[in-house]
Amino acid sequence: MLELPARIPEPLAHRLAAIRSRYPASDPDMVAGVVGAVLTTMRGDLSASDTALLHEVEELGRTIAAARAEIAALQVDDITASHIPSATDELDAIVAHTAGATNSILEVCETLDSVAGKLDGEAAAALQDATTRIYEACSFQDITGQRITKVVATLKAIDSKVAQILNTFSEAHGDSFRAPTPAVVVSPVPANGDPAAVGPQLPGNAMDQTDIDKLLASFD
Amino acid sequence: MTGLQLLQEVRADARLKGTPFIMITAESKTENVVAAKQAGVSNYIVKPFNAETLREKIEKVLDNA
Repeated sequence: MLELPARIPEPLAHRLAAIRSRYPASDPDMVAGVVGAVLTTMRGDLSASDTALLHEVEELGRTIAAARAEIAALQVDDITASHIPSATDELDAIVAHTAGATNSILEVCETLDSVAGKLDGEAAAALQDATTRIYEACSFQDITGQRITKVVATLKAIDSKVAQILNTFSEAHGDSFRAPTPAVVVSPVPANGDPAAVGPQLPGNAMDQTDIDKLLASFD
Repeated sequence: MTGLQLLQEVRADARLKGTPFIMITAESKTENVVAAKQAGVSNYIVKPFNAETLREKIEKVLDNA
């Protein structure tokens, strides 16, 4: 933590005021510039404590500039402007296409069911058994759809957080960090804010039917 | 409307409150099952499921009706 002297010597205060008048808005680059200008004008006139103080301020300016350069190098803008929207669009398309395909399969099964109703004996039983197995298999679509929806919600939450970071830096550094409009999370997220708590669970977190039957029986 | 909300609506309706209600869902956490039971679910089937399980639960619900 930078320790400032209780009182800035008057000559130093006058010189800082003169430099501040040339740089009205505070900015890390300007801080570095101010420090450099002060050091230039004060060379040879500084006491040991003044020198230490200005060295600390100069170091602070370098640290801020380095952090800013690292964040800019991450191309964070691309994450929120391109990668996450593209990923969520693809996932939404998967959900839509699998839902459409499943609906088509179920419609065909309904047709087969009506045909089975007009048949007798083994043929009818075999056809009904086959359509029943198709109905059971199609339950995959509901699970995959919900899992993907959870992923989309998580990505949008990440997108929102990144946008907040960009906005925070853009307030301090102007155009250097352009923050796009934060994504609106539309997926259902419970009050604790954890998207992973909604929808089908990972195998390690899920109860099977036997566990559920025991839980229901405990209420009786 | 979620399945749980539908259940709550059904149980709140005097004409339907006695209707057997089986939930078939991918929600498999304890709190999901407890919430459904507290809302008045008759039985709870977790996906993926098979016809045999469904038949067994329907028979059990009808036996208890």
